[in-house]
Amino acid sequence: MRVIEEGLHTSIQDLGRIGYRSSGFPISGPMDSFSMKLANYLVGNKENTAVVEMSFVGPTIEWTKDAIISITGADMVPRLNGKQISLYRPIIIRSGDILQFRTARNGLYTYLAIKGGLAISKKLGSRSMLVRTEGTGLLSRKLQVGDQIPINSITTPNIKLNWSMNPNTFEIYSSTEVIHYIEGPQADWFKQNQLDITEWSISTRSNRMGYRLMGDEIETTRTQQLLTEPTSFGSIQVPPDGQPIILMADSQPTGGYPKIGQVILADLPKLSQLLPTKRFMFERCTISNAYKALATQKQLLTKLSHTLKQKWEG
Amino acid sequence: MQFFTLAENALMLQLGDKVNTALHQKLRHIQKSIDRLQNPAIIETVIGYTTLVIYFDPFQTSHREIKRILSHCIDQTSSMINSQPSTIHQIPVCYEDSFSPDLSYVATTNGLTKQDVIKRHTDNTYLVHFIGFSPGFPFLGGMDLSIATPRKTRPRMNIPKGAIGIAGGQTGIYPSSSPGGWQIIGRTPIELVDLSNEQPTLLRAGDQLRFYAISKQQYLEWSGGKRSK
Repeated sequence: MRVIEEGLHTSIQDLGRIGYRSSGFPISGPMDSFSMKLANYLVGNKENTAVVEMSFVGPTIEWTKDAIISITGADMVPRLNGKQISLYRPIIIRSGDILQFRTARNGLYTYLAIKGGLAISKKLGSRSMLVRTEGTGLLSRKLQVGDQIPINSITTPNIKLNWSMNPNTFEIYSSTEVIHYIEGPQADWFKQNQLDITEWSISTRSNRMGYRLMGDEIETTRTQQLLTEPTSFGSIQVPPDGQPIILMADSQPTGGYPKIGQVILADLPKLSQLLPTKRFMFERCTISNAYKALATQKQLLTKLSHTLKQKWEG
Repeated sequence: MQFFTLAENALMLQLGDKVNTALHQKLRHIQKSIDRLQNPAIIETVIGYTTLVIYFDPFQTSHREIKRILSHCIDQTSSMINSQPSTIHQIPVCYEDSFSPDLSYVATTNGLTKQDVIKRHTDNTYLVHFIGFSPGFPFLGGMDLSIATPRKTRPRMNIPKGAIGIAGGQTGIYPSSSPGGWQIIGRTPIELVDLSNEQPTLLRAGDQLRFYAISKQQYLEWSGGKRSK
């Protein structure tokens, strides 16, 4: 496949890079792992297969090979040879087809999975784009006009690809926006409930590294500085200006700002998809409720993965 | 000793609240003994100045179980702390004008000459506490505090790869170009990150390093030689 218009920030991502955080590398991987996994299940891939992640404004892609694809996540109004196509279903692509994405109508991140995956070599154990390094190749930068991304060859099956999913079932973009969090290691550095009482929105100065929040200033009760320590995808850090930053997929593995909270893992896909225009509330939850939410999400993914696997195996 | 929940899949151990070498060595010992377990539920471990985080698969294990494993490792290592010989890296640095925009400021702030700053920067042996912030970026301990200088009030948009900086009582090296607020006093031609290597960073937690001054001519030959390889 060839990129003929690059979009805002289009990158290759698998489920992330494991084992290199202590060398300073972020875990990377998709911002919305739920949608990314669904994209892979829809085309019969393993969930860790590398996909193309697009951010807010998608690219235009010319196909130089036949393929079977699926599109999940934010709706960038995809058009195949000018004709609008649906998300959340497998789609047959013919060599020469043009697939065009536009600005996201809801959410921020869209995933394009290709049956069989991308024919590119791993770097440091992963096919997720490397950031803050100076390497070469398709994993060292966002995708650009003219990039040729080799895909693995597949044979078009003689079964009908007539299944689809209704994305509304997954409540990723539900209208009442509540993001749940558990208390962070330095929660007692701040006055109680400061995250919970005001509405927040995400600044446009946000990216895969961090989401900057806008709302009432969070006051600290301590003057001491934190000694730099490890962080997590979802850590809610509070810098001295009192405007929190949530560390996202490409965030640094260590940080020096106190962490008031941690977005529960089950809510990270939803948080990733929040548009800067939307307001949301934080709600504190217990660790056991965080586990329950994670287990529920995992059960749903497992069920969908089994169902879709059966479709492919006939 | 305190345990914190960093996330559903991450437990943090904190030992003390002061940066020192003995504490670092203890954290490294604990980290090594956990890594040696090769427990399939443990994904990876990362240390900070006084902290160690274990990232794990929450569907295979729990905070309670990880805490138990960690406590066991702490008991085992408390008796065997000794300073093993570690790798000492010699890092060439060109402190000449075109590579050291803030050297005069660091000197003036501390009532020293530029030569004094270079001497004090090259006299000490530094400990790599851990790698963080960006790939290959070393958090170093052991700088002479008589050259400590606050960060710049307005960070630079682009600090070049190899830049050597001072921020407060810390010194460090930028392994790749990035924005940053450190006072820049020199530049090294050494590559700190090699993506083709399974161990992609030159420096690792527990290593030691020393800086030595080179001329601009040597710097250019060094990086020129690298490029033509």
